[in-house]
Amino acid sequence: MTTSSKAISQRFVETVLIPMLGIACVIVLWAITSATLVKALPSPLQTWHASKLYVLEPFAKRGELDQGILRFTWYSLQRVAKGYALALLIGTPLGFVLGVSKFFTKAFDPIIQILRPVSPLAWLPLGLVLFQKPDPAATFTIAMCSMWPTVLNTALGVRSIPQDYINVARVLQLSKQKRLFKIMLPAALPYMFTGFRLSLGIAWLVIVASEMLTGAPGVGGFLWQEYNSLIYEHLILCICTIGLVGFVLDRLMSMVEMRLRVA
Amino acid sequence: MSLERNDAKYLEISQVSKSFGALTVVDDFNLTMARGEFVSVIGHSGCGKSTVLSMIAGLTESSGGAIVLAGKEVRAPGPDRGVVFQAPSLFPWMTALANVVIGVEQVHPKKTRTQHEALATHYLELVGLGDALHKKPPELSGGMRQRVGLARAFALTPKLLLLDEPFGMLDSLTRLELQDVLIELWSEDDRSALMVTHDVDEALFLSDRIVMMTQGPNAHVGEILTVPFARPRTRKAVLEDPSYYVLRERMIGFLESQESPKAEAAEVSVVHAVQAAPDVAAVA
Repeated sequence: MTTSSKAISQRFVETVLIPMLGIACVIVLWAITSATLVKALPSPLQTWHASKLYVLEPFAKRGELDQGILRFTWYSLQRVAKGYALALLIGTPLGFVLGVSKFFTKAFDPIIQILRPVSPLAWLPLGLVLFQKPDPAATFTIAMCSMWPTVLNTALGVRSIPQDYINVARVLQLSKQKRLFKIMLPAALPYMFTGFRLSLGIAWLVIVASEMLTGAPGVGGFLWQEYNSLIYEHLILCICTIGLVGFVLDRLMSMVEMRLRVA
Repeated sequence: MSLERNDAKYLEISQVSKSFGALTVVDDFNLTMARGEFVSVIGHSGCGKSTVLSMIAGLTESSGGAIVLAGKEVRAPGPDRGVVFQAPSLFPWMTALANVVIGVEQVHPKKTRTQHEALATHYLELVGLGDALHKKPPELSGGMRQRVGLARAFALTPKLLLLDEPFGMLDSLTRLELQDVLIELWSEDDRSALMVTHDVDEALFLSDRIVMMTQGPNAHVGEILTVPFARPRTRKAVLEDPSYYVLRERMIGFLESQESPKAEAAEVSVVHAVQAAPDVAAVA
């Protein structure tokens, strides 16, 4: 056997086999728990049987709240995209201003720290009052909750621009525009992207809460409906879907982030 | 006639001082430099030599006195004073070429993109980086990065080059290589240069005059040494010149006389000097 194929099989063991082992352990524990301690918890097998239709026909549409799981996911992702875009649109310039100006930091940092921990469950009713419709209320809630990591990390990124870079820009007498787009933005970009990644995670977290309260079709809406219809197997299906999608989003973002760090 | 006068007093630093709060770091610093001259400023670390350079660059505001370059008072930084920083300070997201072009654009706003790139390429080739134009700083070694730093400063065709311990972060072999690159660029381009260093041999090899600063606070010019070696210089010829050791002794003597509790810097530079020129150790 050559060393490279050995390295590949080693990698396979580490990235696939060992994690599979962990997942298998959890499923076994889950099966035992549902069989002995908590009878109300659907077993893994029951869950699979009840969810098969939704997983094997992921894009089917049988009714407003009876659709394939990926179709629901797609609705949720669209909703997240809107709120997330709004969060970046507001959060990035806000973070930049905070990073550049000590005055703004002093003025607005306390209010940011106060707004940051507010739960989506608190923002959504306010959104409904403000916009009178569930969709913009959901967008508003996602934006309000997910904007903060972008704001704080962008500000940190701008503050961390080495003085040397600023000195070079001063010696070269770069215009304000060039300084912003050619020096400050690229220098702060790795930090900004960490903020973008964390924000996306929160945006996805918030979607369930906002769909549950508004009853909109999507993974969260489906979860709430199936809870009310007493089909508990589908709760687990939704939880797994939400988790997997969140994981994939985070991985995609960190791939971009790594590229930026190396560059 | 007036032109000659100006050339002799190309850079005039008179009674410049710098205070940070109650602490006066530099006090009554006076120096006149002729056009085309290479002057080194040497002193213990923390004596304020980098502060002087930063004031000439316009990056630090002076607390008193005046700095006049080619008849114009220095008030703000500008590309007429190219600075080579101790850390190369390249933008890591740009290629070597782009790092030089961004300066060239500022100095020649009317030229085309192709002309900017041609000029930048010319200087990068002069520093021996013709093959690395499109590499980004993380792909370059420390010495190569500082070569880009030199190219960026020279490509501005500045009135005065300011070098702030430009080779301080490099190993001694790379340092010697870059000293050769610097002296070549300087003589080819007919630039005036002011360099801050704490390396005695570096100062002797490169400079026309060496300004020795007293230990801070209230640091000022202690002694000015004229370096007589003929140009173009080779390291061998300089090391073989008997006056080399006399001058070296005088500099080390001056620096040691300035010694205070904070004297590690002098020791470091003497140790380094012995490494760079082993025959000195034999003589001593």
